[in-house]
Amino acid sequence: MEKVFSRTEGLLDKPMHYCPGCTHGIIHRLIAEAMCELDILEETIGVSPVGCTYNNYEYFACDMVQASHGRAPAVGTGIKRVHPERMVFTYQGDGDLAAIGTAEIVHAAARGEKISTFFVNNAIYGMTSGQMAPTTLIGQKTTTSPFGRDPQVQGYPINVSEMIATLEGAVYVERVSVSSFKDIKNAAKAIRKAFRVQQAGLGFSMVEILSTCPTNWGIDPVGAIEWLEENMKKKYPLGVFRGKDLEV
Amino acid sequence: MTKRVLMKGNEVIAEAAVRAGCRHYFGYPITPQTEIMHYMARRMPEVSGTILQAESEVAAINMVYGAAAAGARVMTTSSSPGISLKQEGFSYIAGAELPAVVVNIVRTGPGLGGILPAQGDYFQATKGGGHGDYRNIVLAPASIQELYELTVEAFNLADKYRNLVMILGDGTLGQMMEPVAFRDEESIETVAKDWAVSGRQGRKEHNEITSIYINPDIMEALNNKLQAKYREIEKNEVRVEVLQCEDAEIVITAFGIASRICRNVIRQARAEGIKVGMIRPITLWPFPSKTISAVASIESVSSFLTVELNAGQMVEDVRLAVNGSKPVEFYGRMGGNLPSQKEILEKIRTMAGK
Repeated sequence: MEKVFSRTEGLLDKPMHYCPGCTHGIIHRLIAEAMCELDILEETIGVSPVGCTYNNYEYFACDMVQASHGRAPAVGTGIKRVHPERMVFTYQGDGDLAAIGTAEIVHAAARGEKISTFFVNNAIYGMTSGQMAPTTLIGQKTTTSPFGRDPQVQGYPINVSEMIATLEGAVYVERVSVSSFKDIKNAAKAIRKAFRVQQAGLGFSMVEILSTCPTNWGIDPVGAIEWLEENMKKKYPLGVFRGKDLEV
Repeated sequence: MTKRVLMKGNEVIAEAAVRAGCRHYFGYPITPQTEIMHYMARRMPEVSGTILQAESEVAAINMVYGAAAAGARVMTTSSSPGISLKQEGFSYIAGAELPAVVVNIVRTGPGLGGILPAQGDYFQATKGGGHGDYRNIVLAPASIQELYELTVEAFNLADKYRNLVMILGDGTLGQMMEPVAFRDEESIETVAKDWAVSGRQGRKEHNEITSIYINPDIMEALNNKLQAKYREIEKNEVRVEVLQCEDAEIVITAFGIASRICRNVIRQARAEGIKVGMIRPITLWPFPSKTISAVASIESVSSFLTVELNAGQMVEDVRLAVNGSKPVEFYGRMGGNLPSQKEILEKIRTMAGK
């Protein structure tokens, strides 16, 4: 029988450990496919974060380095400065990038570090069981905001892409989603573009990807997609915040 | 040997690193070691190297982690409060078994402390500092020439053992000038780094650098492997200077700048008829316990005196090595003050009953 669909060569043949309905698997596949399409799988070094995807070095077929919490952009900087001719990406969640690692992402972007960051925003801490993240929405219930996030107590969520886009060194910043077929196709395009920006040596590139966490949101997978569409997209509008007219 | 030049300690560290093949330096300004970065900022471009002023000590050590994972000879330098910030990174470097060189030009503490010399980071340097069971090789130079020799040596040891090597200096060593003779060419011991990430480039398997193992058996196996490596380092790499101990009554133990002061005290004491010797650990880890233990068994030796620029830290390791066979006394100054020869001599007179 003819094989019409198969695993991408960018991912190793290993079962993933993610919860049912989690969108990390989709995002992994998109990054892996982009590396294959651009023929950079053997040129690329990825950096894994701390969080649910701490061990995605076991999944990606390129060389991988596991970083301490929030420091992936600094680790990526070290790698890129040693191998400027290679491609380097970091894969980070919202706790990793927008809380403990705020300084590292801001300064990597400000330096125009020639790396690509894939920032997965699911508005919650997944691995440590559903605590409030910097991206948690106002009113959203988490294990550390059990009565809903109250701006008077826990402050306001951070729009990371808009913030990073203010920096000159960040030449391409886009927010995408993986909550619909159309969104997934667009996310794939954005990931490819981020890599191409790096390939062209133009500066720092980041793609923020809205993602679901059914387990810690306490919603079934289909309901989680709907919750993302209805709530997250309002606070975190999709679009290109930097590099709209960039031709690569 | 080329002719001797007069140079500042901090600058010698930077020059030695470049000569040892270090082409990547990541740092953050802090007194009294920033001249290392100043020197690097001018020197690295001459050898097409990288010097990057990081946004923090934390970022700098993680850049070191990345560059080491990528197979480079890499260094960061700092002083006490900055070194505290780097401890998490040291632990990850230990777990992932990456070769890296770190310099700590120690200032006073605790807290922000002061910018004057101290040796109060001995515990932190030799006993861990970060979390988990790990060891850093710790080298303690006592002169500018030795600062050069040991910096070069640090890169060779780091590569040889895939381990972090720390140069533990102090504000005096970093700031003072002495003649130094550089070799025309360094003997760089290159080690194949087939474990490093460089892009697969036709390699069949991908390389992974990590320090997390959820499975307890795998985690324990890694720890056992690390411990075996540490025993090997203890066996091979102890460096110590023993001075006039054969006939000594009182044996001083001191490292780094404290040993420089004590060297003169030995002369003065002997002129007064008190036979004093000295053991100077050059590696603080691995610690020269066997040498100290052997000297303790010399019949003429009646007691030990440990002199440090702290409240008494290395003295604990000396006591463990002496193991109660002879009394071990301590003399130290803190806050950035150096013990004077006169003070140490007075202490020795009291110990000798004179």
